[in-house]
Amino acid sequence: MRMLKYVIKRILLMIMTFFIITTICFVLIKLLPLPAVKEMGRDVNLILARREAMGYNKPILVQYYLFWKNVILHGDFGLGEQIYSGQEVSTIILQKLPYTVMVNLYSILLSVPLGILFGIYAALKKNKWQDHFISTAVMFFISVPSFVYAFIVQYLLCFKTGWFSLTVASKEATPFVSWAMFKSMFPAVLSMGFGTIAGLTRFTRAELSEVLTSEYLLLARTKGLTKRQAVIRHALRNAMVPILPMILGEFISIMSGSLIIEKIFSIPGVGALFLNSVVLRDYNFYLALAMFYTLISLVGTIVVDLSYGFIDPRIKMGER
Amino acid sequence: MTMENKNAYPEIPAEKFAFARRENEKIHDKKLYTKPVGYFRDAMRRFGKNKSSVVAAYILLALFLFALIVPFVSHYDVSFRDGYYKLAPPKFGPLAFLGMDGCNERREPQAGYDYYKSIGVEYGSTSVKKVKNVTMDENTGKPFYTINVDYYEKVGFVYVDLSENEYNALKEYQNKTGIQVAYPIPANYKTNFLAVNGANLWYELADESASTAGMSAHHDENGDPIFVPAYRTSKKENSGRYDSIKLASDNGGENGDAWYVYAVKNQSGYRLRVLYKEYYKYQNGFYSEHIFGTNQDGQDLFVCMAVGARISFLISISVVIFIIPFGLIYGAIEGYYGSVADLIMERIAEIISSVPFIVVATLVNMHLLKYVGPMWCLWISFVYADWVGIAGRVRTQFYRFKGQEYVLAARTLGASDKRLIFRHILPNSLGTIVTGTILIIPGVISSEIILSYLGIVSFQTSNIVSMGTILSQGESYLSTYPHMLMFPAAYIALLEIAFNLFGNGLRDALNPSLRGADE
Repeated sequence: MRMLKYVIKRILLMIMTFFIITTICFVLIKLLPLPAVKEMGRDVNLILARREAMGYNKPILVQYYLFWKNVILHGDFGLGEQIYSGQEVSTIILQKLPYTVMVNLYSILLSVPLGILFGIYAALKKNKWQDHFISTAVMFFISVPSFVYAFIVQYLLCFKTGWFSLTVASKEATPFVSWAMFKSMFPAVLSMGFGTIAGLTRFTRAELSEVLTSEYLLLARTKGLTKRQAVIRHALRNAMVPILPMILGEFISIMSGSLIIEKIFSIPGVGALFLNSVVLRDYNFYLALAMFYTLISLVGTIVVDLSYGFIDPRIKMGER
Repeated sequence: MTMENKNAYPEIPAEKFAFARRENEKIHDKKLYTKPVGYFRDAMRRFGKNKSSVVAAYILLALFLFALIVPFVSHYDVSFRDGYYKLAPPKFGPLAFLGMDGCNERREPQAGYDYYKSIGVEYGSTSVKKVKNVTMDENTGKPFYTINVDYYEKVGFVYVDLSENEYNALKEYQNKTGIQVAYPIPANYKTNFLAVNGANLWYELADESASTAGMSAHHDENGDPIFVPAYRTSKKENSGRYDSIKLASDNGGENGDAWYVYAVKNQSGYRLRVLYKEYYKYQNGFYSEHIFGTNQDGQDLFVCMAVGARISFLISISVVIFIIPFGLIYGAIEGYYGSVADLIMERIAEIISSVPFIVVATLVNMHLLKYVGPMWCLWISFVYADWVGIAGRVRTQFYRFKGQEYVLAARTLGASDKRLIFRHILPNSLGTIVTGTILIIPGVISSEIILSYLGIVSFQTSNIVSMGTILSQGESYLSTYPHMLMFPAAYIALLEIAFNLFGNGLRDALNPSLRGADE
């Protein structure tokens, strides 16, 4: 019961935070001069009509009310004005989202098992050369920013050897879950994976090696379990308590993706849309995507926090 | 505290005090001979034991000095551009064995091979530094050469238009230094002076009429090219009023009336065929040699990188210096006073930190770019986003220490809030705060690079270069000129690794209890 109360409290707080941030963003964007609509035949009239409907000539409070009304009732963020002129913002975002999600999903599916495996291996071989090797490699891979990998991967795998294509396959040509799509996304997946693998390895190693020195593991060994049994049944399950929320957080952040990786590998995802909306000043797209990114980061934090309580019954939430 | 004591006890005259120990009494316990080791001294000693962190600190210092010093000592600056040395590969004598020899590998047919071989023959050199292998084409039976061409030599000769004064100055320079800059003009000058490589076609072509033969020269029986000069000649020795250094073979020909032409008079002055290498030196005072090569505008990458790194350092360090006091005070108030103040301030901090950084950066940029420029936009975004981290860190430390006995003891003795915060709790939490702050710097640097790379913050209008701009320029040439990306990328990678190693070493040294833990 207390847990439920805590969850509801957190969600309400999150909604409040989201609301405040959105309001600030909204006001800041309305303060900017409105760019003129590009001359594009009938689109111009469409956009002008929509602007009128969204209350662009009315006071900002009315606009704000109309904005939320449209968003909540119809999921309507207006029309694209500078990019995708005349098309619904929400439709375009939903069209682009799968690319971003798939690249990140592939990346996580590749890096999570590897990261955990390396971490377990390093923890089991603690203070031997294997551990030192993995820890050093992790230190390097975690420090180097992902775009450096991206350039190296692009140069080696796309230009020098020509094994992979430079661009991502379109969804018309091949479905998202297919070998061809995976292959075309592989350079981006790999560039993103290095950092995730390294981070997860370090985290798993730290958690597991802490568990391995605990007394209950000694007890498990004393009562006659083999090392293998003790590690799998006792140590791993306990070490997973903080690891799982971390993975969960990664899964949620796949929606927002990595702007720079999407740019380097020219993935037609949400990131590219956001960049275009910034550079070309399409405020409808910008506001929708800024809200989207904010929401993702808020939801990510809250899910990670709450998941501790669900995964591990020993953690009592909402207690001081 | 001394104040309270003074008030509590009325003044006691000095003569009432007496030594507790008698004067001739011998002390039997040992006197302390070693110096006491303070906290920071101890921390430095621990840091020194961590070899990898010390190495990282030196690397960091080297990278920092690179950024600081190179723009002062380099021949070039960011605004220096040269139209002929565009996309030049890196050239640095001591590291030539690593491939930094200024050469590009090319695969050329006979005509191309002859062309590159011919450049430099006039002054006793050649732009072909190494012939790697020769293969015969299966269909035509003609050879293909894989050669290393020295980029800087390959530029060879160009036509320049000089006014009367410039022309005379150049001749004077030649006579004074004995360096030949102007070379004879080729015979086919009238047809080829507009061509890009026109000034380099100075030899007799094997077949002048057939366009298919291209730039092939005459060949001896082994197939090696023989370069027979085909210069424009004149009956007057000083044709074009050229009376400066000449080629040794320019002796008037067999019958004594065929002198080479070194300058052609045109409407505004003279057109000369100059050896660009020497002409460049004549103009700038030094030979062209770009340690990291040049970009597509002919800017020197070595100096661009140093300037870009300077900007990164400048922004990240100034951000950190600014947010430390701010975060410290905010976090101290939160952590020390707790209750309602903490609740409200924590909510504000949470809202601020919940806005994704990219949204902050774009909003700041949209509003302020035209007023304050890109540097301040970046600075403001980072300050906005990063102070919360420090405040949170300070807050945690204050919660950790404020309930401890020594604080209670100090309070019992009558210490004020201010004194408790600044003299008792803060010094104890300083280690964690300092290391946390230092580890902010690499994050700021990589975000700065990402933002300028993505073009969200654009440096292109101003006369400064950011690492991100260099990267985005280099990206378009990645397949053909990887040096434009690899040097900056390597610098960034090294910087980030060194910073993290250094920061971790510092954390272990300042908080020995956290050794090996990952935050």
